[in-house]
Amino acid sequence: MAVFFFLLASILTVWGLYVGFFVAPTDFQQGESYRIIFIHVPAAWMSMLIYLIMSFWAAIGLIMNTRLSSMMAHALAPTGALMTFIALWTGAFWGRPTWGAWWVWDARLTSELILLFLYIGYMALRASIEDPRRADRASAILALVGIVNVPIIYFSVQWWNTLHQGASVSLTKSPSMATSMLTGMLVMALAFWMYSIAVSLIRVRRIIRDREANAAWLSDSSGVQ
Amino acid sequence: MQWESISDFFAMGGYGLYVWGSYIVAALCIVIELLDLWKKR
Repeated sequence: MAVFFFLLASILTVWGLYVGFFVAPTDFQQGESYRIIFIHVPAAWMSMLIYLIMSFWAAIGLIMNTRLSSMMAHALAPTGALMTFIALWTGAFWGRPTWGAWWVWDARLTSELILLFLYIGYMALRASIEDPRRADRASAILALVGIVNVPIIYFSVQWWNTLHQGASVSLTKSPSMATSMLTGMLVMALAFWMYSIAVSLIRVRRIIRDREANAAWLSDSSGVQ
Repeated sequence: MQWESISDFFAMGGYGLYVWGSYIVAALCIVIELLDLWKKR
């Protein structure tokens, strides 16, 4: 199944990059530098979406005591961290020519950086606890506490007077950009989404295998005694 | 089509460093993630 999502992600990437680089016009204010948004915005969206899904699975694991949901949460964290890193990195490379600074302590940027620390903290906490069931519970609580940061990131550009520009795309008003720019961005967002599903599926399979192997080894040794 | 030539494309209207610096690092991140998954297979 992962192969199917990889295939979809590849096709969408080719299409999205084609639209982004060859169809979408030059921005009248930002010149060609705006072409960074074709990866920046999808990565930023995915960084938040993956966090929500990760917390959802972590919560299910905590409440229902289901191991598989905790393993799903575990599998999503590295990809979420990766998306957050890409969003921050590409943001810096856009900020430098546009604002004249790689980094500013703006509400949007700072809350996105906190998101990266939340992902890293989640993974570090998991790694530091040997018993996987305890690691599931502790990391789930961390994930759930950190969820307050997601609406802060999303609404930061409305709540505070941020240097980061407001949303160009939202559910409530028509997008403030050329159709081809929007198409490129949405296709790339879909590509990033499919990629995230593909890698998470593969990673959760590795995690299940490793944890099951561990369990099998435990039952073997108890059988000997 | 926005580009006159291949070098024009790579120059990105003077923003080449920023545009390609973004895309190359993002691509590297994805390659590293895939390699890591491959290693753990």
